[in-house]
Amino acid sequence: MSRSGIARTLTYLSLVVASVVVLLPLLVVQLTSLKSEKEMANDSGALQLPDDLLNFDNYVTAFQDGRMLSAFGNTAFILLFSVTATVIIGSMAAYAIDRYTFRFRKLVVALFLVATLVPGVTTQVATFQIVDSFGMFDSRWAPIVLYMGTDIVSIYIFLQFVRSIPVSLDESARLDGASAFTIYRKIILPLLKPAIATVVIVKGITVYNDFYIPFLYMPSEDLGVISTSLFRFKGPFGAHWETIAAGAILVILPTLLVFLFLQRYIYNGFTRGATK
Amino acid sequence: MTDTTEKAARPKEAAPAARPARAPRRLRLRRGLTPWLFLAAPLVLLITFTYAPVANMVAYSFTDWDGVSPELSYTGAENYVELFTRPELFEVFFVSGYYLAASVIQIVAALYFATVLSFNVRFRNFFKGILFFPYLINGVAIGFVFLYFFQDGGTLDSVLSLFGVHSDRAWLGTPVSANVSLAGVSVWRYMGLNFVLFLGAIQSIPGELYEAAELDGANRWHQFRYIIAPGIRPVLSLTVILSISGSLSAFEVPFIMTGGATGTETFVIQTVKLAFQFNKTGLASAAAVVLLLIILAVTWVQRRLVPDDKVDLV
Repeated sequence: MSRSGIARTLTYLSLVVASVVVLLPLLVVQLTSLKSEKEMANDSGALQLPDDLLNFDNYVTAFQDGRMLSAFGNTAFILLFSVTATVIIGSMAAYAIDRYTFRFRKLVVALFLVATLVPGVTTQVATFQIVDSFGMFDSRWAPIVLYMGTDIVSIYIFLQFVRSIPVSLDESARLDGASAFTIYRKIILPLLKPAIATVVIVKGITVYNDFYIPFLYMPSEDLGVISTSLFRFKGPFGAHWETIAAGAILVILPTLLVFLFLQRYIYNGFTRGATK
Repeated sequence: MTDTTEKAARPKEAAPAARPARAPRRLRLRRGLTPWLFLAAPLVLLITFTYAPVANMVAYSFTDWDGVSPELSYTGAENYVELFTRPELFEVFFVSGYYLAASVIQIVAALYFATVLSFNVRFRNFFKGILFFPYLINGVAIGFVFLYFFQDGGTLDSVLSLFGVHSDRAWLGTPVSANVSLAGVSVWRYMGLNFVLFLGAIQSIPGELYEAAELDGANRWHQFRYIIAPGIRPVLSLTVILSISGSLSAFEVPFIMTGGATGTETFVIQTVKLAFQFNKTGLASAAAVVLLLIILAVTWVQRRLVPDDKVDLV
């Protein structure tokens, strides 16, 4: 084999090894989720195939006893409100910052900028007191306001896009008598569609997967979102790995579907979201 | 920060154009008010949930408050002294070392795969998807997947026994192997994000550069060293900051998998426990202030070292 041939083989080898490292833990959990309690007790080893590849009993148990239905419901509720609010708030802020010159504009921008440097995990001790004083502790509004209030990345993404919309569009609308809000509603917002898609995806995935905030702010059992409900599997299902595995797969599945359908947008979203 | 807030040159279009010269007074007043109407909600949220907590946190850190009772007394720097003198409170910083080491591996691997997959490779999108996907998975699900992975007779032991290695050890049983295992899970989880960021940056480098370099007889290593590496410097430095602050504030994976047992307690786990289990809000606030200061210092140093960071926000 020539030298470049060897290099090529090694390249592919490294890619295959990496893929196995990524997929193997997930595949094994998927297999485990199809095993019966008896099979698990027989201790046949994690790599053993299940006897019945269509045994979905564990999924039923996980879904019902793990209260996954209410978990998906709570997650959907929080997602809907926080993502919508993030889009509206972020685009309004970006519109005001880009299209207007006003006093303290630089200060406002600096406030948003410096806030990115404060990692959310460090301030929760104090944030908790504020959320509590509003009476929002242990309600679904606590995570919603926190997701709305801490999202600076989306403002940046919107800023990039608002900037690329020609000002002449605003101006001709203003000559036709449109107010600032009409311009935002009828001209800016529709042209922001690609940015909105990016923000919805990035924000949606973050909210869907977040554990820390719901864990701290919504301790009630019936307020579980998918992360905290899955976390509670540790107690009742302690040693029942087949049920825990089914729960984990149930939570991963929607992400996988969204990823397969929206791959290209997701990559773009994350490249944009993180570098800006 | 001044360099970032300054108006960068905007080639595409001019700054918000001058308004028609003299509007009547009432109209002018309304114009002056308009941006604030749009900014009211975001600013209120920003101040309530970011700046007010930071200010309160600094204030709490000088008190002995328990987070519940109405009484609290000023204790000066006592919390900070306690933090730095009680070894068990300080130890959590050493745990971050494991995550820091893991981020080095993570960045190198991400760079390698991003470089390889930016050239023509068969099944490129397939590999790209596989490498990125873990980043999108729910943290709790990942925790469970890897708890099972590291179990006695779990995935790892089964794979090892395929190769004839029979390990009779609990992977999460001793502090060192537990921390190494948990840091490994972080690499598994976050490598994909770095990889996609690098890939995006590499793809924005014009292709002619490689062609020209190839004509000049450059091999892949030369291309990486002289074209790719300088081209992705801003993203690379961003990744370094994210990795350092991520290592210092590691929480989810260790909390879900071990709850901080066997020497895997990280700084954030400790802070959460102090504040919400032991009701030591004052001490927890001091800990959080220390973490915040470290992260701000890291960011500041990085900005000094890589000043040409391309940040054109406004």
